Amino acid sequence: MKLNQLTLKESLDALEKKEVKLEEIYQDLDQAYEEQNHKLNIYLSKNEQALVQAKELSNKPLRGLPIAVKDNFCTRDLPTTASAKVLDGFRPQYESTVTKRIKENGGVVYGKTNMDAWAHGSSTETSDYGPTLNPRNPEHLPGGSSGGSAAAIAADLAIVSVGSETAGSIRQPAAWCGTVGFKPSYGRASRFGVAAMASSTDSPGPISKTVEDACILLNAFAGPDEKDGTSSREKAPDFTSFLDQSIKGMRVGVIYQDVAEIAQTNQKLLKELEILKELGAEVEITQAMDPHPAIGVYTVVQRAEVSSNLARYDGIRYGHDRSNFGDEGKRRIMLGTFSLTKGHADQYYSLAQKVRTLYLENYKELFKKYDVLVSPTSPSYAKKIGSSFNSAMFGELEDMLLEASSVAGLPGINVPFYRDDETNLYLGASFIAPMWEEGKIIKITDAFEKNTKWNSWRNR
Amino acid sequence: MPYKLVCGLEIHAELKTASKMFCSCKNDPFGAIKPNIYTCPVCLGMPGGLPVANKTAIEWTIKLGLALNCKINLFSKFDRKNYFYPDLPKGYQISQYDIPFCYDGYIETSEGRVGITRIHLEEDTAKLSHQDIDLDGDGKPDKATLIDFNRSSVPLVEVVTEPDIISANQAKEYGQKLRQIMRYLDVADCDMEKGGMRLEANISLRQEGKSELPNYKVECKNINSFKFLEAAINYEIERQTEILQNGEIPTQETRGYNANTGKTFSQRAKENAADYRYFPDPDLAPIEFSEAEVEIIRQSLPELPDQKAQRLMKEYGLNEASARNLVLNRKKAAFFEEVLQLSQKDNLDNQKLVNALLNKKIAFELSDKAAVVLKKFKAANTNDSVDDKELETAINQVLKNNQDAVEKYKAGKTAVIGFLIGQVMKELGKKADVNLVRQKISSQLD
Ligand SMILES: [Zn+2]
Repeated sequence: MKLNQLTLKESLDALEKKEVKLEEIYQDLDQAYEEQNHKLNIYLSKNEQALVQAKELSNKPLRGLPIAVKDNFCTRDLPTTASAKVLDGFRPQYESTVTKRIKENGGVVYGKTNMDAWAHGSSTETSDYGPTLNPRNPEHLPGGSSGGSAAAIAADLAIVSVGSETAGSIRQPAAWCGTVGFKPSYGRASRFGVAAMASSTDSPGPISKTVEDACILLNAFAGPDEKDGTSSREKAPDFTSFLDQSIKGMRVGVIYQDVAEIAQTNQKLLKELEILKELGAEVEITQAMDPHPAIGVYTVVQRAEVSSNLARYDGIRYGHDRSNFGDEGKRRIMLGTFSLTKGHADQYYSLAQKVRTLYLENYKELFKKYDVLVSPTSPSYAKKIGSSFNSAMFGELEDMLLEASSVAGLPGINVPFYRDDETNLYLGASFIAPMWEEGKIIKITDAFEKNTKWNSWRNR
Repeated sequence: MPYKLVCGLEIHAELKTASKMFCSCKNDPFGAIKPNIYTCPVCLGMPGGLPVANKTAIEWTIKLGLALNCKINLFSKFDRKNYFYPDLPKGYQISQYDIPFCYDGYIETSEGRVGITRIHLEEDTAKLSHQDIDLDGDGKPDKATLIDFNRSSVPLVEVVTEPDIISANQAKEYGQKLRQIMRYLDVADCDMEKGGMRLEANISLRQEGKSELPNYKVECKNINSFKFLEAAINYEIERQTEILQNGEIPTQETRGYNANTGKTFSQRAKENAADYRYFPDPDLAPIEFSEAEVEIIRQSLPELPDQKAQRLMKEYGLNEASARNLVLNRKKAAFFEEVLQLSQKDNLDNQKLVNALLNKKIAFELSDKAAVVLKKFKAANTNDSVDDKELETAINQVLKNNQDAVEKYKAGKTAVIGFLIGQVMKELGKKADVNLVRQKISSQLD
């Protein structure tokens, strides 16, 4: 086995026991990068100083291990474009809080990963630098917008990676690439230095090989940040403390079983959830508010925020004018501008906020009865390359099952629950919990992962 | 005049907090030795820059509101005002739309109460400077606009009045009082020359006796002194009266004021209100205050000019004009009060003391010690004892030495007696009672 295939936990242990050297891990990783990156188009830029930096960090918690970071996180030593030509060549003079903390904890930014331009999409196909291919099956999309970060994990081109989610952008590519994706509660991780997409829902989070790895990485960057006024003032818990816990008596509500278009995926999920019962959890099908209106709520709120957030790229300071925006960016700016215009704001933006409140109330009710809720992450398997074109609402439909929980700010974890032998493509389940209660979904997904055959690293 | 002024003011003032409104950069745009030294990703509007609200600026805004008799919104929020301009790096200004921190207050003026609609807090823009610079290296200057972000995101309050102002003079008085109060609160320097305080007047006229608002509004901007504000309003009254008398309606527009010509001039027509697509800024959590917190801010209010003037009148028996004069600024008021307090044990005439100081009969600086100033006053107002014999000798001597003056006096130019009194004092080498000396001289000459 190559060392780049190690999980984060395995790498840390091996380094601690001096079974491997950092150089050896980097050597294998660099080799894999050379072989695969040009085919899969995962990294937009690579840190040529990675090993040099790593050696100086070997006594820190993350021991100098290489981490893939989505290209919307500002990094001093690497270009930051958010996969958008408007920002081509931009090198920030400042560091995002997430990457700053990762570095302080001994992580090395190995490279910056491809994404949907400005995070607008769920395919990584709207990137101004071309699509990323799904390492599980290169005829298919990796999902998005954090498609590069998820693909980096699936292809073993990073030990662990960082993505950001607005509504599905971590969990959906994680599902399509057969990896773990962890979106913490909104406000748990600082947004400072992350090129904003929809400010009210953007959440940085890990994409990883195992739930355990996600917890280790999240420990390194979660927590209050005085530079982000919406970040939680509460100290983050030790997320690894929820691993290897009994799930006996946990109440699991299975939602969206009544959504017709995902019947097949639902059936498979229900079968796989049996294991939770064996482990002592109570699993029950329950009715949640119809997810379809959430598409509208999310679309209106997100487009409005996008139109305003992208106004700063006005052609004055970044060397590229607004004609460099791609079609998707232009569509979103126009829709958002329209929905905030006088006379329409009440009809769209205000109404969307009201429906958002209804979802919040619905979750409040559901969480009185259940500790966690679960549904498929995505309606089906990863779609083929090219399918996002001519589908202006591609992402919204693919993320339909996640939008309600995203607009509510809830934490969610995707874990693989099925693999199709023929295509080698995965299905993922999304477990969600009340705000700030990541511990519950860590417990349940960790137990699920360790007691099923679907995690490709635990079952290699 | 058949037409009456209907005027409301919108006054912006930069708060002098240590740091900017939404970042930790130094708030000192006027003190900066060069452009763009007080900047960061937040006030430059760089990707991923996030605003964090300056708590002091919010408290000061509420403090100002309380000083202006406003009600306070316990729940408030910041909104984005979206528009493109090179001085606005984010493409939107963080401001307050429908829930300002303060509303429904007033300032009393000598011509009546001026209602305050609202006070909200926002961020200032960067400063543009249009220059001719050789950009392409061909040796010829090109038109260029430079941007200085030192001012970007400096806290800015906007105080908006009701259309209650009925004269140019009242507008000036209102503005001066607002500035005076801000300085008393020590929340803003209000330096108008530098743009630390900016005045905008909405001016229209209606027929005398009518009470509904006129159906047009002329907005005068870029006025940088109260004198100009007064002149601009007076000019507009004239201009609009003429238009109305011709049976026309003045154009709804924005006008500037030219201090050289004393006239306003059209800047741009304002057909419809611009749509700024306001929405709550998702980067900033709503702001909530409890009644108790507002009460703590209220307790921190200093004595305000009007209250102070009333008290000085009551405690020291001063007349209103001098009391108002004394409270013009906090430093002056404090100095006078110190002098007055110290003088109480001497049982002096307070009004006379204040008059002597205000009329500069006694030379002093506000930095002088109260005791020193008081001593000067007492010295100037007590007479040395002079016996009759001594005085008579001195007068005789002076009259003898100043025959010219005596002649003049006898010819009817009696004002010359002042000169003779001075000479007598000089001769005496002491300070005698002026009235007594005058009386003695005239009895000798008449
Ligand atoms: Zn700043």
